[in-house]
Amino acid sequence: MTIAAPPYSLVAAFAERSRWRAIETVLWLCALLPFWLAPTHLQLASQIAITALFAISLDLILGYAGIVSMGHAAFFGLGAYTAGILSVKLGWGEPISGLLIAGLVAGIGGYLSSLVVCRFRHLALIMITLGIGVMLHEIANTSHGLTGGADGLQGIRTWKFLGVWSLDIYGYVAYSYALIVLFACFLVARRIVQSPFGLALKGIRENALRMPAIGAPSQSHLRKIYTIAAVMAGMAGAVLAQTTETVSLEVLSFQRSADVLVMLILGGTGRLYGGMIGAVIYMLARDHLSGLNPQYWYFWIGLLLIAVVTLLPNGILGGLARVRALNWIREMRLMPRRRAA
Amino acid sequence: MIPFLGVLFDGFAYGMLLFLLSVGLSVTLGMMNFVNLAHCSFAMIGAYVTITLTQTVGLPFLATLPLAFLAAALVSGVLERLLFQRFYRATDLDQCLLTIGIVFVSIAVVAYLYGTTLQSVKVPSYLQGSFNVGGVTMGVYRLFLIAIALVVAVALVIGIEKTSFGARIRAAVDNQRMARGLGIDVDRTFALTFALGSGLAGLGGALAIQMVGLDTDFAFRYLIYVLIVVSVGGLGSIGGSFAAAVLLGVSDVAGKYYAPQFGAFFIYAVMIVLLMWRPQGLFGRR
Repeated sequence: MTIAAPPYSLVAAFAERSRWRAIETVLWLCALLPFWLAPTHLQLASQIAITALFAISLDLILGYAGIVSMGHAAFFGLGAYTAGILSVKLGWGEPISGLLIAGLVAGIGGYLSSLVVCRFRHLALIMITLGIGVMLHEIANTSHGLTGGADGLQGIRTWKFLGVWSLDIYGYVAYSYALIVLFACFLVARRIVQSPFGLALKGIRENALRMPAIGAPSQSHLRKIYTIAAVMAGMAGAVLAQTTETVSLEVLSFQRSADVLVMLILGGTGRLYGGMIGAVIYMLARDHLSGLNPQYWYFWIGLLLIAVVTLLPNGILGGLARVRALNWIREMRLMPRRRAA
Repeated sequence: MIPFLGVLFDGFAYGMLLFLLSVGLSVTLGMMNFVNLAHCSFAMIGAYVTITLTQTVGLPFLATLPLAFLAAALVSGVLERLLFQRFYRATDLDQCLLTIGIVFVSIAVVAYLYGTTLQSVKVPSYLQGSFNVGGVTMGVYRLFLIAIALVVAVALVIGIEKTSFGARIRAAVDNQRMARGLGIDVDRTFALTFALGSGLAGLGGALAIQMVGLDTDFAFRYLIYVLIVVSVGGLGSIGGSFAAAVLLGVSDVAGKYYAPQFGAFFIYAVMIVLLMWRPQGLFGRR
């Protein structure tokens, strides 16, 4: 039995959806601006790029597959500690292989936890992701010999990138590296969500029971995307460890899981750019406001969260899309009148 | 043998504290499926009300306990009417985000008003100290806490099993649509239950100060424990919350006493295994 090739229009529809738009080029060119506009803040820029990658990885499972995770920092931390331990305990500081190994370790962790996580929904799902997160935090906290415990992992040495560039105090190399990793992972994520597999994930998000009925296996799809997201989160963690040359227990904290969730919601889920824009706004605002007192900063973030959930349920990008849709509807309504005139 | 009994006693007392903190969330979650991560913020309100009243107004500790209950119930009731009730039909994620937002705001407000230092409360001398029963050292305050929690538990069970308000709660937890069909005003029942549950959390928060200390992080640190109790015990089940709280309290104290190098690892592992085995909780029916 042969399966009929999809009709041409379907292929065309996928091609249209995945077309690279001009605004995307503009956005990515904007990411280069800090090199000229804020050369003294490149360390912050590289933190933002790392956080944006972390937010994209959460978007893959939350925005596309509908898995609410309260412990996504587990994989970020796994990657960060892998890269750190490679350098401190094994003396291997080559950054690119370190990045790949960290991604691999986080991916293995993601796959193993996906066997459990993907079977649940609702409160049990939230509790299990939260539980895995705090459990890893506790393991890192207590295995002092390997991770440095609450003191953090000190003494990471990152070798020269490609044997040429070493980390500089201004962060030129750090930001370039973070940006390249972010862009590469973004391309992969973009390809995934615009493939038929990504479409199947959205179907599972909307109705997990119906998708198997049309031939899309929910469980294995969810496990796959969960593992991919874990790899990306791990890579984000590894970049943080390699560029800052230190890993603190904070990479595994519940706070980090909650923060990335806030960024993603702020920007808008299920659109990849939402997480990135959320990360930029969140990190810049935090940099400016938390100088006063981190506790007060959370007041504004909390208020913002309440406001976004009550007023802008789909985040900033979702709000923009709605404005555009409203304009479109208005134009449609105006059309007959124009014709009459 | 003797340290074992002591651990059991301390664990039971800690479990009773967790029971007070979590029983309200269990009932409200079971009733409306509303994931209220801000539950421990209400506990924190109760705790800081007690701090204020004892330190600046000078009321005796015992007199502040009912006021802590009332303050938490009042604040939660107002929030429920203004904000939460719009989100009963929203997704889990939206509910989580809204309530996490409230936790953030509450932590910041408390930090602004009281600073981030560890607070302590002066309890009357007759609640301090300890005595020996057959070689087991029992703290008076812990006995007092256990007594209050047991009274609350008995009152809740009687209230839910014997009164008509309790019957309405049970009906709404079991089958909300059918309860509405029978003419029960589920929204009003829920609002009252919500305020009552948050009030109990406020009482728990006030009682917690002497035992575990109080700082601005309280709302997050105990949230995890409370969620474990609720999800392991099963939604909407008072008996389940009681059993899960005792289990968690004893295993936490025992873990810290016998295997301190593992920290809180065991509790989380036990929770994950229990949830894998019974996602609806030990005593949950759905």
